[in-house]
Amino acid sequence: MSTDTAPPARPRLGVFKFASCDGCQLTLLDCEDELLGIATELEIAYFLEGSSAPAPGPYDLSLVEGSVSTPEHVDRIRRIRADSRHLVTIGACATAGGVQALRNHADVAEYLAAVYARPDYIETLATSTPISAHVPVDFELRGCPIDRGQLVEVITAFLAGRKPGIPDHAVCFACKRRGNVCVTVAHGTPCLGPVTHAGCGALCPTYGRGCYGCFGPAGTTNLPALVPLMHRDGMSDEDIGRFLRTFNVTAFTAVEEQEPGTIQKEGPR
Amino acid sequence: MSQPATGSQVLRIPALTRVEGETALRLRIDDGTVTEARLSIYEPPRFFEAFLRGRAHTEPPDLTSRICGICPVAYQLSACRAVEDACGAVVDGQLAALRRLLYCGEWIESQTLHIHLLHAPDFLGHDDVIGMSRSHLAHVERGLRLKQTGNAIVELLGGRAIHPVNVRLGGFHRTPTRTELRPLAERLRIALDDAWDTVRWVARFDFPDAECDADLFALAETDTYAIESGVPTVLPYEKTLPPRSFPLRDFPDHITEEQVPHSTALHARLDGRRHLTGSLARYAVSGHLLSPLALEAAREAGLGAPRPRAGTEGPGWGGVCRNPYRSILVRAVEVLYAVEEAMRIIAEYERPAHPYVEVPARAGVGHGATEAPRGLLYHRYAFDDAGRVTDACIVPPTAQNQGAIEEDLRRMVQAGLDRGEGSEAELTRLCERAVRNHDPCISCSAHFLELDIERT
Repeated sequence: MSTDTAPPARPRLGVFKFASCDGCQLTLLDCEDELLGIATELEIAYFLEGSSAPAPGPYDLSLVEGSVSTPEHVDRIRRIRADSRHLVTIGACATAGGVQALRNHADVAEYLAAVYARPDYIETLATSTPISAHVPVDFELRGCPIDRGQLVEVITAFLAGRKPGIPDHAVCFACKRRGNVCVTVAHGTPCLGPVTHAGCGALCPTYGRGCYGCFGPAGTTNLPALVPLMHRDGMSDEDIGRFLRTFNVTAFTAVEEQEPGTIQKEGPR
Repeated sequence: MSQPATGSQVLRIPALTRVEGETALRLRIDDGTVTEARLSIYEPPRFFEAFLRGRAHTEPPDLTSRICGICPVAYQLSACRAVEDACGAVVDGQLAALRRLLYCGEWIESQTLHIHLLHAPDFLGHDDVIGMSRSHLAHVERGLRLKQTGNAIVELLGGRAIHPVNVRLGGFHRTPTRTELRPLAERLRIALDDAWDTVRWVARFDFPDAECDADLFALAETDTYAIESGVPTVLPYEKTLPPRSFPLRDFPDHITEEQVPHSTALHARLDGRRHLTGSLARYAVSGHLLSPLALEAAREAGLGAPRPRAGTEGPGWGGVCRNPYRSILVRAVEVLYAVEEAMRIIAEYERPAHPYVEVPARAGVGHGATEAPRGLLYHRYAFDDAGRVTDACIVPPTAQNQGAIEEDLRRMVQAGLDRGEGSEAELTRLCERAVRNHDPCISCSAHFLELDIERT
């Protein structure tokens, strides 16, 4: 923080992007009812998607979107950490490497050759990793994309100097609270709700489909108990592997590794 | 810092702002002449086309929506159309109408975002919407309200505004009842007034002279303003050349992508020429198919009345707007149109008997294209007998527009230099405006403007 004699007017917010789709920082602009209010409570000092006047740090709260996927990213996240009093990651990419972490299980040279005629022009890392793999993170907000209400809660909690009230339980809790009929029990629809972190409000089951895990694993999971149900509902190990290895591939893979033998190891990516 | 028009130097802009994605710009100026303008998209590669391989035929819609947080519906629906094409499935009737309604929601929220939060600050001399809100609060509040209505449509039909969950091959997981749609109709009536007021507000902006000399490329329908489907149609820059269309399956024969050393986005060309997709192209190709109200708004905004060519069907010539600064006007008119369309679809809605049609997997190749808010978005997938993706190709609008944007940049910087605007700050402002005119979605193309000017 600045030690200038002038009192700091408002806490300074920085929003930073790494490898991502921009959807999580867009969530801030999608806070139509709260945006102008947030801007009176916080000075939006750095937000390239929203402002042409980026100001240098230090920042009181930095929201970081996206995963670390290039050599330049590794240096940049360290500089941002050094410039930030609180660093919060927003979204599956920043928290778990994102959908682009599918490369972590693949041959990136072959991926490059598949997409680019001249792979040698492209600078990339062989992995897409979460921010926490590189610097200490104060709070991780999950979701692909994050939930608007949860983002407002994180910002509010920061302003109030308290811990964000983001529950760690599974989607099933939200689904029951919403009064949904269980899609697995009633319709035999495979659903990752029992092992997925709450936050979306159990959207997929509300719309009649199974949860596809976009918030990553819940705080405690029992994947081995869920797998037989998915088998019963017609999924092969390969299907289950793909189901888990999508938007939070590294986080669900870590759960599989803690609970070995759950599904076949070499499922397709 | 004012720079002389001659001499050798390098100038850098740290970041292109108020766009979606990361881009650098390099300009070379020889004795006061811009000899090179290169847009370097160095959005890190995310390899979607590579990791789609081996995935089930049901997966591209959800997976590819993650390419872009601003236009996920465009990705979902282009992917659906391509897979359905490969599998021989046809989605029509109320399911097709619901898809158009969902897309109208994305058009309203995305175009309104660009108009009010990203683009308008350029015309009013502000760095961002927060600064702009101090002197233009009512306009900002109106923009946020309109954007919220677009989001409300996507949220109701899709579950959430970013990466909706309710889209699936063949239609939706669940279709809404008429009663559920009713609150949207109430909001849309207010949005119609807001959209009109936005057109009138934007029409008062000061538009610099400029012309984009690229071929215009958009989907066309015979009876409606193309959004979620259509036939690829080209309006050549030379007025002596007739417009032409080609079947979507021939897209790979006409649009070629090449890699350039300075960008992670591939550069696309149309029959070897520079082309532009997006609002200006859509208005030129399909403007005569706008609703009477939207046409009235276009006329009032000074866009010129589009009309079909005498004795022909298809794209019209009249009212073609080639000034990229005025794209904000076309967007405002398109928002008005999308609001009206949404109202119409809701008024005519009958809940379909089943929320989707079956799309059984089969081997083959399918093509899909829709009009993302920022231009034509094409997907192609090949599948094996088991319905696994063996090959994927995605051509986003910004990759197609890159050549036209670079030419805009060259012309606008040259005009600026000729006016004596040579400082880093002046050139940066010019360049950023030139790029923002096209509402680029840089995450899609492979984000950030770094201006690197070399002068000799």
